Amino acid sequence: MCLAVPGRIVSLAGADLLLRSGQVDFGGVAKKINLAFVPEAGIGDYVLVHVGFALAVIDEAEAARVLADLREIAALEDAE
Amino acid sequence: MKHVDEYRDGRLARALAARIAREADPGGSYYFMEFCGGHTHAISRYGIEDLLPGNVHLIHGPGCPVCVLPVGRIDAAIALARRPEVTLCTYGDVMRVPASRGLSLLKAKAAGADIRMVYSPLDAVRMAEAEPAREIVFFAIGFETTTPPTALAIRLAAAKGLKNFTVFCNHVLTPAAIQTILDSPELREMGRVRIDGFIGPAHVSTVIGTEPYAFFAEEFQKPVVVAGFEPLDVMEAVLMLIRQMTDGRHEVENQYGRAVRPEGNARAKEEVAEIFELRKSFEWRGLGRVPYSGLRLKAGYAAFDAERRFVIDDVLAPDNPACECGAVLRGVKTPAQCKLFGTVCTPETPMGSCMVSAEGACAAHWTYGRFRDRARLAS
Repeated sequence: MCLAVPGRIVSLAGADLLLRSGQVDFGGVAKKINLAFVPEAGIGDYVLVHVGFALAVIDEAEAARVLADLREIAALEDAE
Repeated sequence: MKHVDEYRDGRLARALAARIAREADPGGSYYFMEFCGGHTHAISRYGIEDLLPGNVHLIHGPGCPVCVLPVGRIDAAIALARRPEVTLCTYGDVMRVPASRGLSLLKAKAAGADIRMVYSPLDAVRMAEAEPAREIVFFAIGFETTTPPTALAIRLAAAKGLKNFTVFCNHVLTPAAIQTILDSPELREMGRVRIDGFIGPAHVSTVIGTEPYAFFAEEFQKPVVVAGFEPLDVMEAVLMLIRQMTDGRHEVENQYGRAVRPEGNARAKEEVAEIFELRKSFEWRGLGRVPYSGLRLKAGYAAFDAERRFVIDDVLAPDNPACECGAVLRGVKTPAQCKLFGTVCTPETPMGSCMVSAEGACAAHWTYGRFRDRARLAS
């Protein structure tokens, strides 16, 4: 229930505050998802979806930063 | 899949494990509680405990929403569903949780009650629109992740003027549960549980942010690292916790910055504040009555509150006396220390709630960990 899968927004529909929605692609399976809680989200963004609602937009820059940190740790360990 | 596979890279995991082993004090020991069932699941599924040095211990916490729902509330839901005019809707996870007298929602459905599994609370709103002659009750459970969707469903039902949609609200709050664990006599006096730091909730924190944990870091001097649900996220959080302990710090850090902002999700918090208010106390399995830990509908939305429309008994119902779910949820016992574990209690025939949901400590240990136990015994 607290588990969520990140999916990519492929289309947007509805301007209504409560009903703003979009088709979200989860690795090939598309589903209509409510986007009322992520007004900043646009097409191409990855969102975390719980029970049909997107609750967070993935920050690509931050994701890249963490992965770079992890790869750096791996490179250091390989060197030692 | 993007933002998933990258965080399951075995080479990076082994490197992180080596770094953790290098930085952990070999003469010391570390006990970290992961609050969330999502972390419990990841730890068991990816064998993270096997990658960590032997002196770094992970303790499962009470953050599985299905697990902490007390039997009495499921009994009440079954009683509601048995009313001829009612259709009870809920999430799939809840359907198999054992209730009193050997019942569950699934068994009550088989016996004729109109109980339907939904993916989203909006499905229940649509059902209410499509079937105006039925009383549609949404049995709402979960932590801060499922609360905003329930709030929005209620707002939508109000906007549509629906008269046959109500919510049986069992939403609970994470910080209240962490506080209870830290205040428990087992931790403070009896010394039966040791917790040096917390792996903080992933998706709950996307909603509430990281600020609510500052109190625990300060007041109880325990480091908190909010972490994502993928295996590399959990391992990086362990490294960050060890570093805090090495430095003598106790701060809130955010490993999951790609999804969690310090302030959380403002729109979601607004919607929850519009619809819900705190209950004075709420019963949790394993933790007992926890003050200000549950939500109910505000008076302005009373028309959508199943507890006001129907008479619902708030009775305490006992767990199976041999079931150790309560102790498991407090971190006092491990699943394998329960007599029922893997004998009469399995995911196919769960006796306690921790064996039901994939997020439950017993279900995770049964699915992944029991083979590890066996390997350990053999070696």
